[in-house]
Parts: sequence; structure tokens; C-alpha cells
Amino acid sequence: MRLLAALVCGTLFGAGLAVSGMINPEKVLGFLDIAAIATNSWDPSLALVMAGGLVVATPFFIWAKSQPTALCGGDISLPVKRKIDRPLVIGGLLFGVGWGIAGLCPGPAIAALSQPRTSILLFVAAMLAGMALHRLFARQ
Amino acid sequence: MENFTPISALTGGAMIGLAAGLYLILNGRIAGISGIVGNLATGTTRQKLERLAFVVGLVAGPLIFTLVAGVAPAITITTSLPVLALAGLVVGYGTSMGSGCTSGHGICGLARFSPRSVVATLAFIGSGLATTFFMRHVLGV
Repeated sequence: MRLLAALVCGTLFGAGLAVSGMINPEKVLGFLDIAAIATNSWDPSLALVMAGGLVVATPFFIWAKSQPTALCGGDISLPVKRKIDRPLVIGGLLFGVGWGIAGLCPGPAIAALSQPRTSILLFVAAMLAGMALHRLFARQ
Repeated sequence: MENFTPISALTGGAMIGLAAGLYLILNGRIAGISGIVGNLATGTTRQKLERLAFVVGLVAGPLIFTLVAGVAPAITITTSLPVLALAGLVVGYGTSMGSGCTSGHGICGLARFSPRSVVATLAFIGSGLATTFFMRHVLGV
């Protein structure tokens, strides 16, 4: 049941990335390029994707607080860290640099594997390597 | 603003929010893609399979979109391969260090009013805006 739920949620997520256009790095960069406001060619779509996502997701997260277990069984596991520390800020800033260069973040990069091209495979491979590299450093 | 697509952005965003909400109440997990992908090899076999099922869905979603819409979603990449590899490396390193990405912090984290996620989201949107500006208007690539 949990496997099916994960498959369905992943599919809905991936379809949402396709519908919203966020699977397209060009469109994401069209949002991040705020200088385009001056030429009236800025694309604010990404802000609406986030807004739409938040409006729908928030009631689920509020409701989940009062639930002892998940509907498919097991606990509801939420991050317990509260401290705003250096890794959070530096990690976020670093991620933004890569995102601002390529217009790809992890979700769209994986979803873009639906059109397997050298560029996408290379980005995903490098992303996995980056994750592994950080774990290696963090363990020391 | 000829590239602005408000209807499809809101619709797709709502689908992403629904996916994140359902994953939380059904499986009790955060739909953070960097966490799901980064932990494909950690935990019990069941946990690994569950993450893998989500990833398979993530790839299948756009394929189903293609079947329904009759046309594949546009994916335009103009970044050169070496730069793309560097960007991927930084995205992987940064999301692992910062414990999340656009989905984990930007959608799930903000949806549960997590102060850590507010800070992370401001950090990556801020540096994303600055980086794209630098790339396009200073370096001119």
C-alpha cells in the first residue's frame, strides 16, 4: 500500500512539474532573471507554482499534526531540527548558485529524465556525486 | 510578460501541493526530492523501495502528461555540458548540506511554517536570483 501511495504521489508530482512548465530549465531561468522586468519579459510563473502548491499542501500539514499515524500505517516523520545553523544557510546559498546557473533543481532534474538526453543525465549524475561528496565530508 | 503562464502554473503547483500533502498523510513522509533521491541507498529495503517508487513516479508523471496532452513538455537546456556538470555538483552538495531543496523547504517546509525552511528558501531564491543575474548580464552566457 505504501509503495503504491509513493508511486501515485511521485507521478502526481512529476505531472505537476510538466503541467506547470517547471520541468523546463528555460522557464525557471525566466523567473530567476529579474532583470527581465525592465524589458517586460520576466516570467513570474514559478511564484504562482509555489503559491498554488502551498495553498493545497498547507491544510494537509495542519491536519497531519493531529494525527497519531499515517493513513498507510507507520509514524508521521517530520524534521525535528529547529536550529538555524550555518550548514542550513550555506547549503541553501550553494544550492541557489547551482539552480541559478542551470535552472534545474532536484525535482525537475529527475522528472526531466523522462526525456533522457546527455545534458540531463550529466546533471543528475553530477548532482548525485555532489550529494555523496557532502556526506563524505560531513562524516569526517 | 509574454512568457507568463498563470493558469498552468497554478494548476501544476496545486498538483505538486496535492502530491506533497498526500505523501504526508498517506506515508507520513516529507516529499522533499533531494532527500528522497539522496537516501535511495539508505535505510531498510522497504524504505529504499518506497523512495524508488516515488522516483519512478516522478519520471512517469511527465510521460503520462505527454500521453494526455499529445505533446511532450518542453525541456530547453542551453547551458554547456561542463557548466551543467558544475551546476549539478553544487546543487547536490548544497541540498545535502542545507537539508532540502525547492520541494522539501519551499513547499513542505513552508506549508508547515518551519522557520528553518523559511531561511533556506530565502537563501536559495536570493542566491538563485543573484547567480542568474551574474550569468546572464555580467558574464553574458
